[in-house]
Amino acid sequence: MPVIEVQGLHKRYGDKIAVDDVSFAVEEGEIFGILGPNGAGKTTTVECIEGLRVPDRGTVSVYGMNPRTDRREVTRLIGAQLQESQLPDKLRVGEALELFASFYPDPADPDQLLASLGIADKRDTPFRKLSGGQKQRLSIALALVGNPKIAVLDELTTGLDPQARRDTWDLIEQVRDRGVTIVLVTHFMEEAERLCDRLALIDRGRVVALDSPAGLVAKVDDEQRIRFRPSQPIDTEELLALPEVRTVTRTGTQLVVTGDNDVLHAVTSLLARKRIVASELRLEQTTLDDAFLALTGRGLDTADEGGN
Amino acid sequence: MTALATLTKTEAKLLLRDPAAVFFVIVFPPLLLLVLGAIPPFREPNPETGVRTIDLYVPILVAMAIAMFALSGLPNQLAGYRERGILRRMSTTPVSPAMMLTANLIVFVVTALGVTAVLLALGKLAFDVDLPRQLPGYALVYLLSLVSMLSIGLFIAAVVRTAKAAAAAGQVLFFPILFFAGLWLPRAAMPDTLRQISDYTPLGAGVQALTDTAAGGTPQLLHIVVMLAWIAVTGIAAARLFSWE
Repeated sequence: MPVIEVQGLHKRYGDKIAVDDVSFAVEEGEIFGILGPNGAGKTTTVECIEGLRVPDRGTVSVYGMNPRTDRREVTRLIGAQLQESQLPDKLRVGEALELFASFYPDPADPDQLLASLGIADKRDTPFRKLSGGQKQRLSIALALVGNPKIAVLDELTTGLDPQARRDTWDLIEQVRDRGVTIVLVTHFMEEAERLCDRLALIDRGRVVALDSPAGLVAKVDDEQRIRFRPSQPIDTEELLALPEVRTVTRTGTQLVVTGDNDVLHAVTSLLARKRIVASELRLEQTTLDDAFLALTGRGLDTADEGGN
Repeated sequence: MTALATLTKTEAKLLLRDPAAVFFVIVFPPLLLLVLGAIPPFREPNPETGVRTIDLYVPILVAMAIAMFALSGLPNQLAGYRERGILRRMSTTPVSPAMMLTANLIVFVVTALGVTAVLLALGKLAFDVDLPRQLPGYALVYLLSLVSMLSIGLFIAAVVRTAKAAAAAGQVLFFPILFFAGLWLPRAAMPDTLRQISDYTPLGAGVQALTDTAAGGTPQLLHIVVMLAWIAVTGIAAARLFSWE
């Protein structure tokens, strides 16, 4: 049974259409990704789920309830982490958690939460003195302190260094393992690929694809690409004669062979028969980035159109 | 503990952790009373009226204590919370961000009452300034002064976008409001025209009403109406214009 259902969501700000007919459902216990470039409408979509915005059209239901009219119930079920949300500079970590815990009827134990997020030693540290990664941990803690069934995490790892980002990914998986359904908004392909069970690819306010990361990639392209340097010259015609091979390109002494899913086996078998060694062999698979490019005609990184 | 109690406790702690706020809101008004009282001529009765300057300054400093917090502390705080997305973050919890405003108002009122009590006690003990004689009347006009300053403070918080702008607007308003309240020149010493203008300013009216009731008299209707008008105009505008985001 889906825990969140979004049907035909529309939202515009003045002349700008932010969300244009978005529909999807989030299943219990999964990590559901909302992936797209900046300004694609991701944040507006989750803000409608959190009850922060009123959709112009369409319906949003959270456990069968309306986030606007059943505000009290829905805010208890959803723990939110907002993009660029700060705390007072001099508020200490422990105080922030106790404060947010007091907002909920059945809160988690603040100390346990801090320990499980690895910031127990920061209990008495003021917000201002936390590093970027520690602030994100705190914001996760605040999102979880009400014992929510769903955590909505918006651009959680933006601005973090690679190590802190990886640590945060581990944390998100731990949270999911506790049985919390996670909605993850991101514009990092790598993050979506690594964490999400399913994801909605959003571009210019529309869902362009909805599938698992592997499914998305497979849907776009089943092509594989092999790069290698043969130990002896090889006739490209011989390679092209293989049914699995589609193209062969020579760049200097390097060969790039593309083909279907079995192309690697076919090519290496041929090379073995001819006693040719393939050095610097690399297999390149289609990524989510390629999938996004194929679906929208633009890359994730180049599709930047300003803020949300 | 309930959300409101925890919020109020947290806001009080944050106030006490801000040295500038502690100084200007809590320490400065009594300190200024001591400094003014240390000036010998201020303790001499005026040969015509028999009133001493220090007597005039107690209600002025009471008004100043209210204005310090209401015009700079409160709008700055609220605009800052909004700017940093704190009010928005609260909107995603079962507790409304209005609760944050309520907590701030509680801290404000308690602080203002405390500082007022200190000013009155200090005036009495150090300089033998009489305590308010007409207590219910004094309490009423005190409340009106408080609410009129709060309405103006909330109006500032409603129309500015950033904490910086709130602080600037608060300062810009603080000086004329306190000038007409008599901080630099008590109303009794003002030329007639100036005093007539002062009658129509929120704290000019407030200070005169406080002075009248402290002396055991009744406040002038004009001053009550002026304060109510400021409350109505700025309060309604603030309620219309304020947004949590």
